[in-house]
Amino acid sequence: MLSEAQAWKVLDSVPDPEVPVVSVVELGIVRELHCRADGITVVVTPTYSGCPATEVIGQTIRDSLTAAGAGRVELETRLDPAWTSDWIGEAAREKLRAYGIVPPTGKAAVGAAQPIRFVRKTLTCPRCGSNDTERLSEFGSTACKATYRCKSCLEPFEYFKPI
Amino acid sequence: MTQQDTATPEHVEYVLRLGDNALILGQRLSEWCGRAPVLEEDLALANMALDLIGQARLLLSHAGKLEGKGRDEDQMAFLRVERDYRNLTLAEVPNEDFGRTTVRNFLFSAFQVLLWEKLGRSSDAELAAIAAKSLKEARYHLTHAAEWAIRLGDGTEVSHQKAQAALDYLWPYTAELFVASPTDDAIAAAGIGPAWSELEAAWEASVLPVLAEATLVVPARTPFKSFGKFGRHSEHMGHLLATMQYMQRTYPGATW
Repeated sequence: MLSEAQAWKVLDSVPDPEVPVVSVVELGIVRELHCRADGITVVVTPTYSGCPATEVIGQTIRDSLTAAGAGRVELETRLDPAWTSDWIGEAAREKLRAYGIVPPTGKAAVGAAQPIRFVRKTLTCPRCGSNDTERLSEFGSTACKATYRCKSCLEPFEYFKPI
Repeated sequence: MTQQDTATPEHVEYVLRLGDNALILGQRLSEWCGRAPVLEEDLALANMALDLIGQARLLLSHAGKLEGKGRDEDQMAFLRVERDYRNLTLAEVPNEDFGRTTVRNFLFSAFQVLLWEKLGRSSDAELAAIAAKSLKEARYHLTHAAEWAIRLGDGTEVSHQKAQAALDYLWPYTAELFVASPTDDAIAAAGIGPAWSELEAAWEASVLPVLAEATLVVPARTPFKSFGKFGRHSEHMGHLLATMQYMQRTYPGATW
């Protein structure tokens, strides 16, 4: 059987299938681990309701823990509190930036009513550092990202949306 | 006591409505996949469809548990007959063009944002958790649709004409959003969801300024009524279900 600390270490090497530069632990998807006599229970909170990676993530968590000798792996999905990009830590944010994805800026909105239109954000190009960038779309290649373009180096880049 | 023992028929019906709204609009938006006017909007519409279908999975699974007959999300989504669907007619009418799709997304997501805010405090804890999650997604949908509604309405002569035609077509269906029934009264009394009278003024306060900025003229209310949320659907619903249910009807229980 694995200790809780060992299990956390195993999961910290499980990459997110869509953003493989960060682990499922760094993204805040794995919330809690509970060791049992015959195995381990993993509490996960999915990112977006329709994220197609959710099932792959669950399977990879099972496989990696089983391979590490964790015994019987139980997955428990917890919706409350809802996942927020605020759970992504500083180190993971830097990894995202180095990978070419601008990490979420500011705190995600909670509770309070929102204006219909968000204030435009000025993002810094993760490749050349220019602030002369523009949003192409609020949606991108995955549910969690928006699409931007740098008008200085002309490269497209992605922005991990605050949610 | 578990929730299965205590769920009333009204409670099941209410959660079904929420799930069916998400499922049916998600199905409509997915029809754009590979066909949108530009690549960015193709991605946006597919992303929103995914969000909605994800919400539908959570809601229909919950409705199945409340119902207590052992039906899972797939049985709820794919194996019911038309009269058993409880979505708003607004969600099922055809996409027509990018203008109508956008105006519908705007009218609907403005409603969803207000509803999810209220349902975040539902006495049904599972529903409250789903609402808190869905609210974050609905806000992005609303922002996207509101920006496009303004861009199209206050755009070229053709885009304005199409957006106005879309609003003229869709507006009569919005009356259904706020129609109360004994189900709604029971839901409000049980603290599961808000009374529609609480939402109508807030919805108008949300959509009217954007429509004005889009230079679109809001049609006068007419006696027209639609009844999708009571299970009586438009002529478009059967076609949508035929497409959506085909795989599960042909190969029951198929997975991949």
